Amino acid sequence: MNRRSGTGYTGVPSWVYVIAAAGSLFILLPLVAMVAKVNWPQFIPLITSESSLTALGLSLRTSAASTALCVVLGVPLALVLARQPFPGQRLLRAFVLLPLVLPPVVGGIALLYTFGRQGLLGKSLEVAGIQIAFSTTAVVLAQTFVALPFLVVSLEGALRTAGSKYDAVAATLGARPTTVLRRVTLPLVLPGLASGAVLSFARSLGEFGATLTFAGSLQGVTRTLPLEIYLQRETDADAAVALSLLLVAVAVAVVGLSYGRRRSSAPVKEQL
Amino acid sequence: MTFDLTASLPARNFEMSLSLGPSETLAILGPNGAGKSTLLGVISGLLRPESGSARLGGRELFTLDGGTRRWSAPHLRGTALLAQEALLFPHLNVLDNVAFGPRSTGASRTEAREVARHWLDEVDALALANRKPAQLSGGQAQRVAVARALAAEPELLLLDEPMAALDIHTAPLLRRVLKRVLADRKAIIVTHDVLDAYMLADRVIVVESGRIVEEGPTRQVLERPRSHFAAGLAGLNLVAGTLGQEGITTPDGRVFAGQHDPDWSLVAGQAGVAAFPPSSVSVFLGDVHGSPRNSFPVTITDLEPHGDQVRVRASSGPSNTLSADITPAASADLGLAPGMEVRFVVKSALVSVYPA
Repeated sequence: MNRRSGTGYTGVPSWVYVIAAAGSLFILLPLVAMVAKVNWPQFIPLITSESSLTALGLSLRTSAASTALCVVLGVPLALVLARQPFPGQRLLRAFVLLPLVLPPVVGGIALLYTFGRQGLLGKSLEVAGIQIAFSTTAVVLAQTFVALPFLVVSLEGALRTAGSKYDAVAATLGARPTTVLRRVTLPLVLPGLASGAVLSFARSLGEFGATLTFAGSLQGVTRTLPLEIYLQRETDADAAVALSLLLVAVAVAVVGLSYGRRRSSAPVKEQL
Repeated sequence: MTFDLTASLPARNFEMSLSLGPSETLAILGPNGAGKSTLLGVISGLLRPESGSARLGGRELFTLDGGTRRWSAPHLRGTALLAQEALLFPHLNVLDNVAFGPRSTGASRTEAREVARHWLDEVDALALANRKPAQLSGGQAQRVAVARALAAEPELLLLDEPMAALDIHTAPLLRRVLKRVLADRKAIIVTHDVLDAYMLADRVIVVESGRIVEEGPTRQVLERPRSHFAAGLAGLNLVAGTLGQEGITTPDGRVFAGQHDPDWSLVAGQAGVAAFPPSSVSVFLGDVHGSPRNSFPVTITDLEPHGDQVRVRASSGPSNTLSADITPAASADLGLAPGMEVRFVVKSALVSVYPA
């Protein structure tokens, strides 16, 4: 294999490149197949139909909200997991990561039995006049449930890499723990936090199973873009394909925006 | 305004007690793993001892004994820590790094930057104010770190081998800066370098295995060392034994004749040491005729260059290593090599004998 001059020894056998190429084709080919199937003359009308725009708007709004919620809940979780060891820390980490490997529909059922009308907290909330299941709030909660591990994992990694040396110096200079967190710890892990937030956003955007189970599919309230695509697939295949392409474009833009700027060590796992 | 500390941390085999007068600089010397960094960690509040207490000025830093468990957090202690690495915050420029301390303790941005400029000027680094830490050399970064520590107005400044990561060309400038800024403040400096101790410290503590083994004014400790570590730093051979009229008698019965300090009144049988520079040692093959005093067989362990001399390291017993400095020509004439058995002869006029 001809390499550019000035590059060093990589130690990668040539056959690895062949399999890697097959691997990238495996990802790319379905996308190409989908693009080939798009009804281009009808593309714009299909994605600007009222139901499509409503679903897209709802998806973007709920994903933004769940990303914010992931940051609010995930930053403290990552800090607790990355700094001082404590009894039960490994167990806590295992539970936080559980949604990564759990089928989303199971997550949805679990949420239903927590926040649903007959659920663990739902009953008390019902008394207080708050109904969560099958509302837009439920969509945000479902998305947060599945997306939170992405933020925690990438931020915990960044925190461990940064270490606590700078935090210690800041403390001896007279900074209170909150000041250290705000002015030293978080600025140092900002790239990790940003890539974690982007991954969470992307995961929220693609969330389907937990949303359908816990929030249902009410147009304008809980029917996000993936749900709209699934619904359209039964009646209007062209619309489903066009919307899928739209979702791919949004996802590529979001991920590309953050990964294009700087390399990140965040692990990527995606499932729907 | 003094500083007093007693602390023990059995998990790290650490037990020390020390105090510091107003505007006194104390140097902590000792081999790696002796507990020097543990000491700084305990003082700065980054490491919690099992028991002990510390007061700085009128304030209590911690009191940890049976019933009382009072522990003040690092940010409340007024003990800024300067480490081997400068550890400047990479996302802030030099000026804001130095302004960090005052800013964190309530100064406005403008006030904090004013203080920062003053201290940057003090360490000759005002010209670097707008740079990012990544654009500084090691020496510049460490000077900025000194300014940052001082800007926090610590009552006690802790320095953990601040010169260790610098090359021999940049260390002297930082040493001069430190000499100036440490002149009238309380500071504790951990160092490996005898020059730091001479230049910066009023008093020296030698620690080994988590205990203080020697303590005193810098000059006295380095000229009259009682521990092997201090003797090694001062470049002296040290032999321990009991004092007698002649000099020192080692536990294996060897006599080192030497000069008593006239100030000390000799008590026979008292523990004492004999110290002598490697340059006072001559190396002979085989038996020596004439005075048998201060002549003893040794086994060469190492030969290494030392300035324009050759340093011959040899062991005279299981745990006693002595050094001799001889010319390269003499070394070649004698055909010295590790493992050879030779005889060290020490001129008794150059051996100092004093109580341990």
